[in-house]
Amino acid sequence: MDNFDYRLAATTAEAQQLFSAGKGARYVAGGTNLIDLLKYNLADADMLVDINQTQPAVIKELADGGVRISALMTNAETAYHPLIEQRYPLLSKAILAGASAQIRNMATNGGNLLQRTRCYYFYDAASPCNKRNPGSGCPAITGQNRMMAILGTSEHCIAVFPSDMCVALAALEAVILISGPDGQRTVKFEDFHRLPGDHPEIDNILRPGELITAIDLPPAGFSKNYAYLKLRDRSSYAFALVSVATGFELENGIIKNARIALGGVAHKPWRVKEAEKQLIGKLVNKETLGTAADKILQGAMGFEHNTFKIELAKRAIIRNGLTALKPELQLPGAQPADISML
Amino acid sequence: MTEMNTTIGKPISRLEGFDKVTGAAKYAADHHVPDMLYGYVVNSIITKGRITKIHTDEVMALPGILEILTHENRMSTAWFDIQYADMDAPSGTVFKPLHDDRIKYNGQPIALVIAETFEQARLGAAKLRVEYKEEKQHATELKSNLERARPPKPGMAFLLKPPPPKPTGDFEKAYQEAAFRAEGEYHHSAEFHNPMELFASTVLYEGKGKLTIYSKTQGTINDQTFIANVFGLKYQNVRVIAPYVGGAFGSGLRPQHQLYLAAMAALQLKRHVRVVLDRSQMFTFGHRPQTLMQMRISADEDGKVTGLNHEGYGETSTYEDYSEILVKWAPMLYPAANTLLKYDLVPLDVATPLDMRAPGGSTAFHAIECTMDQLAYQLNIDPLELRIKNYSEVDPLENKPFTSKELKACYLQGAEKFGWLDRKPEPRSMRRGNKLVGYGMATGMWDAMQLPARVEARVTPDGKLHIKSAITDIGTGTFTIMTQIAAEQFGMAMEDVIFDYGNSALPFAPIQGGSFSTSTVGIAVVNASKALKKKLLKLAIKASDQFKSADVGTVSFIKGNIVYGDHSLSFVELVAANGAKPILTRNMGYPHALKLRKYAMAAHSAAFVEVEVDEELGFIKVTRALTAVAAGRIMNPKTARSQILGGMVWGISKALHEETLLDPAMGKYMNQNLAEYHLPVHADIHELEVLFVEEEDKIINELGTKGVGEIGLVAITPAIVNAIYHATGKRINDLPVHFDKLL
Repeated sequence: MDNFDYRLAATTAEAQQLFSAGKGARYVAGGTNLIDLLKYNLADADMLVDINQTQPAVIKELADGGVRISALMTNAETAYHPLIEQRYPLLSKAILAGASAQIRNMATNGGNLLQRTRCYYFYDAASPCNKRNPGSGCPAITGQNRMMAILGTSEHCIAVFPSDMCVALAALEAVILISGPDGQRTVKFEDFHRLPGDHPEIDNILRPGELITAIDLPPAGFSKNYAYLKLRDRSSYAFALVSVATGFELENGIIKNARIALGGVAHKPWRVKEAEKQLIGKLVNKETLGTAADKILQGAMGFEHNTFKIELAKRAIIRNGLTALKPELQLPGAQPADISML
Repeated sequence: MTEMNTTIGKPISRLEGFDKVTGAAKYAADHHVPDMLYGYVVNSIITKGRITKIHTDEVMALPGILEILTHENRMSTAWFDIQYADMDAPSGTVFKPLHDDRIKYNGQPIALVIAETFEQARLGAAKLRVEYKEEKQHATELKSNLERARPPKPGMAFLLKPPPPKPTGDFEKAYQEAAFRAEGEYHHSAEFHNPMELFASTVLYEGKGKLTIYSKTQGTINDQTFIANVFGLKYQNVRVIAPYVGGAFGSGLRPQHQLYLAAMAALQLKRHVRVVLDRSQMFTFGHRPQTLMQMRISADEDGKVTGLNHEGYGETSTYEDYSEILVKWAPMLYPAANTLLKYDLVPLDVATPLDMRAPGGSTAFHAIECTMDQLAYQLNIDPLELRIKNYSEVDPLENKPFTSKELKACYLQGAEKFGWLDRKPEPRSMRRGNKLVGYGMATGMWDAMQLPARVEARVTPDGKLHIKSAITDIGTGTFTIMTQIAAEQFGMAMEDVIFDYGNSALPFAPIQGGSFSTSTVGIAVVNASKALKKKLLKLAIKASDQFKSADVGTVSFIKGNIVYGDHSLSFVELVAANGAKPILTRNMGYPHALKLRKYAMAAHSAAFVEVEVDEELGFIKVTRALTAVAAGRIMNPKTARSQILGGMVWGISKALHEETLLDPAMGKYMNQNLAEYHLPVHADIHELEVLFVEEEDKIINELGTKGVGEIGLVAITPAIVNAIYHATGKRINDLPVHFDKLL
């Protein structure tokens, strides 16, 4: 970890000014990922521009019935905010399934979207890694790949995007508000993260100097029928091998609107809208969910140590879909719920 | 002589507990002195080959960098290999950091960057460019290199870790002809030491050839002699101090390279130096070896075991033969006329493995007790009944009686308390909601050992009793327990007893491991106490006519007084009578080797476990676990319970979580941090219960103790694996049991 300058910005504009004035500047908010990366010599920074005071960390109700979450609010503040707990409990559950209490208290919402993969090879400065050092190769493809992706991989990278929060944001069709040197823009959540393709070093569409300022949640919160399930090698402080965020709008048990997003399986939260569409007008049961799962997992390809994820993801989609019928059955840590009473 | 039984057997809280939880306890890296330098280790990023160039000039130009020690500029060290051999060194050639340009394993320390601040040293270490000539042909994976297997080379290590017993009867014949047979292959990946406290040494340079060292260790004298031998210093000029150790579990049984490098830097630069290994560097030295075992057990119609075949392959390095006692346990537990035991090592391009809590035993019992479980299903009898059927009061291996063996009480009381009888025998026959429920049990054993140690007992003018030993307290409760023993010997309040420990300048104690510290140092405390009592009596007789006819049988020691009938003299008065000079004695404690040769000595346990398995998703939860332990006299039920609980949590970790992910193509472990090296979190640990059964042992030693450091771990892992089988009908012999294997 090299020495760096540290500047505290008062406004977004000042932050961007500082960023563009200095070479090798990085924004820092919670720092829960960036500081680690600097310590492990996986990231460089000549200057850290602290953006924590550039705007208040608040949640606002929007005129259209949605809410706007500040990018600088911490994950914990967001998860426990009454508006989120009541109207977007899926988001709350997903956030609380991630990291540890200490990290959630530090980490911000904007930073959550920008965290890097936890691939072992990415995290080892001595290993080749196309994401860290483009063109150096991807040892994960033939190496230790239990945690790696089964969908949307490329011959250059099979890393997984590790966030839980973002799986819920994908399901909720959040919108990202971005401020940059060229002004403001909004991006649909599904367009924010990208697949590795030929450029695994690029995680998302954010341009240099741009900042996420807020996340908008549309009015549909699926607060009656939702569930988040996270399957992992221990009950807390472990990344998902497979996670599922599910939301339904039901009318007399018939699906009016469905959302299913997967985590732990790809370079971004994985959604297949066609599969969700096909559920409309159907009942929530093992068969309909199984059909949807097959559609979502179409094209899934496992590697030596992670082929199990394909079957596991299917079963997780089914279980979580059934759990969404009775969200109160959900367990802390997004452990599999006992739905035998359904 | 009458003694008041005031303290032994009481659940007394750790005496240093408050200091530890408030941060007042200073660990090795907490000792700050002015003008201290900081060293940061640079590790090899190749697995095998040679260093061709180290670009030290680039890093030396950075601010604050004072020196970079490498094989090219290090000071000279001892000439002969034997001078590097520590108390726990296996046969072979000890690894010497910075010795030459050869790379023997990935992560090997190759340089030490020394700077004015920690951050400067760390940056320098990160920037140091090293060129290598890499040999791509290396081997780090046990399973794919079994053709290299060979027996361990004989050496001093055979004293504590003898090779397997010779075959008895004709196993192959017995197995073929047996009415019932069970077999399994069991694989363990490497486990790395990750105690909470990182390895650290703060070395104070006290002038020519003199060092005071605060170090993380399990043996102050072990480190002291090692450093003195390696750097040619006088023993009395090297002092190693380690009263607080933040967990060690075997990792501190050998001096680790941070100590070697910090001492070298201090001597070479004539400055105070601290070196701390970072968390990922904890994966660059000894570890529990990768192990592969084959186990076969045969039984007759009645379920009596007729044959035992246990074969094991353990990983070692190319330069030392680390071995474990892996295959002797089964025939020591179950009588069988035909036994075939084999233990081979597979030398690989890795760091030498190292003892880790219940080395060998915790690995072996996985194979033994899971194969026994399988046999019980074949016989269609309760797994517990199979154990009882094959119960032996003597050690069948050598046909010796045990000094004590209350394993049957562990089985019966444990089963009763756990509710084992509620178990339905068929796999997949118990359910709770959508979860399959399984009960599993297993047996555990660990050698009860005692080594020689020396203790000083001293009464000071204020009437207080001081007990001194170089022993550490690695979190086991040694400090508290030794104070208890001494307090009991003299009928004193614990506040009036000062146990001085964790310092190589104090009387000799061996390394702290193998569950032998309480017996080893405890007996020395008893012997020193007895000798001191005689001295005090002599002084009392000299000081007071009223004690004239007193002898050791007729006086007693109560609350800092020597009492004879109605007369008493306080320790304060006795020291005054001694011309205000402290009254002291130094005495050895050692095992009664001649007497004990006729006996087998072991602590035993039985673990009972309930698991819930989500049938569709494989998700496994250890909902309940109980360990019944017979380990002689329990000196302090509170610290002993903590030991067993810690072992049980580790057992859960071994069974379900802990795994080092090896990339054989690169020859390195990929998950070198606590985010990806999964230890259980609170949410993984549910109801745990510890039951100490009464076990009176009048033979093993005067205190009747066996030690509890290891025994809590041994049985729990196989019990979990057996419970998973009972729940699901699936037997997974590769640890950890990943839940996806149950899909």
